[in-house]
Amino acid sequence: MSENPAPDTPTGEAPTEDRRRWMGVLAKAAPEEIAAVWSGLSPVPAYDLLRRPETGLVMVRGRIGGDGAPFNLGEMTVTRCSIRLAGSLAGDLVGHAWVAGRRHDHAERAAVLDALMQDPARRPAVEPAIARMASRQAAHRAEDARKAAATRVDFFTMVRGEN
Amino acid sequence: MYVAVKGGETAIDNAHRLMAEERRGDPAVPELGLDQIMEQLGLAVDRVMTEGSIHDRELAALAIKQAQGDLVEAIFLLRAYRTTLPRFGGSEPIDTAAMAIRRRISAAFKDLPGGQVLGPTYDYTHRLLDFALAAGAEPEAAVRAGHPLAERMPRVADVLGQEGLIERNPPGNDEPPGDLTRQPLSLPAGRDLRLQNLARGDEGFLLALAYSSQRGYGNTHPFAGEIRLGAVAVEFVPEELGFPIEIGEITVTECQMVNQFKGSKEVPAQFTRGYGLSFGQSERKAMAMALVDRSLRAGELGEEAANPSQDEEFVLAHSDNVEASGFVQHLKLPHYVDFQSELELIRRLRAATPDRETAE
Repeated sequence: MSENPAPDTPTGEAPTEDRRRWMGVLAKAAPEEIAAVWSGLSPVPAYDLLRRPETGLVMVRGRIGGDGAPFNLGEMTVTRCSIRLAGSLAGDLVGHAWVAGRRHDHAERAAVLDALMQDPARRPAVEPAIARMASRQAAHRAEDARKAAATRVDFFTMVRGEN
Repeated sequence: MYVAVKGGETAIDNAHRLMAEERRGDPAVPELGLDQIMEQLGLAVDRVMTEGSIHDRELAALAIKQAQGDLVEAIFLLRAYRTTLPRFGGSEPIDTAAMAIRRRISAAFKDLPGGQVLGPTYDYTHRLLDFALAAGAEPEAAVRAGHPLAERMPRVADVLGQEGLIERNPPGNDEPPGDLTRQPLSLPAGRDLRLQNLARGDEGFLLALAYSSQRGYGNTHPFAGEIRLGAVAVEFVPEELGFPIEIGEITVTECQMVNQFKGSKEVPAQFTRGYGLSFGQSERKAMAMALVDRSLRAGELGEEAANPSQDEEFVLAHSDNVEASGFVQHLKLPHYVDFQSELELIRRLRAATPDRETAE
């Protein structure tokens, strides 16, 4: 964790952990899933773009030997966006998104959803949809892990010789 | 006298139109979609992402389509595209111990915790052409086990490391690693720069070097300690947040080669390691990278370094296929003036020397 959190960082570990989780879910969701949640918002909230969607590169780092000092593996495309939500009882809420890929709509909508999740009044309207995305991601992961588990080798010992 | 010549614009335009038509092929055959390339030529996509050094499956698929399946040309296209984008920063180092495993094998330890998981592999196939595939046969569904794999599988190095029989890698300080895309390579290079160079390096070149080191041009006695394939989270700390968030998940292949080391004055006999890491499923690349990484450590470990795979300058300066391809292929470009001057030189030398046959 940084020693100098930005002003809009929720204070305390638990809210940060909570936000880390939903931002990760939003980043990993398919743009189509985000679009489906978006079309379910009624009305679509009013917001201003603080930083319009922008695509760039993040250098992915690995570790030497998997556990040593970092090295640069290669870059990945990432799109970021920041918005300010208007008309919240909790004051102006700022939402951020950093998502893999080049989809501007994905980043912009994820930033809005990030802000809505910080608004106690509007969080209940979007939280179930984000929970559903999280469980789809977990199910997908479990499915891959079950397919991989079916390829695990069971060794058996051949009996050789007299003894 | 030097006379500048221009020309060829129309010929070049028409050549490119001809290339585009040839690339499309017979219009009666349906055109390839990027989704088809991503889904059905996934290993080509992985190679282009690794050596093109950008993880983006759709961009890599487009590059493959545009290059008519010429992967080195596709890698070049991706590298060129890279220069059009801003750099937001560097990720937190990925944690391969927390990988969602799809394949994980060890040729050194039969009974490693978590087991030998073959995953999607061409190993153990008979390499017979499958004409049923040509006829469009649908594959059987993959088998699902009743229980998923363990969430976390220890790495082989962690297992051996507990006994102190294998070298550990110092985690280092928080300094950002060297970056070849920012500063030109200077030698001797640290292991961080060497690994970045090898990760971007040409698979064929590294494969040949790795092979040479096994055949006797080098001193490697490696075991494939562990190869693992699966998805890892990529975390990044945005300035405005000040804490790491997951920005996506990528598939990587990791290879730990384990090499015998007789020890030195400072270090007891132990196993040393070579490391390979690549985007996607690129096992041959990751294995070759790990062998060459270990070979390049010859100097550091006090071994004799008399072979190509141990020669840092030779390996690092020639591994990049975009640079190599550019320099080899630039010979196609007009060198009319250079050639003219050499031709005249040869004529003058001939004129200055009497005819050899008549002189003798």
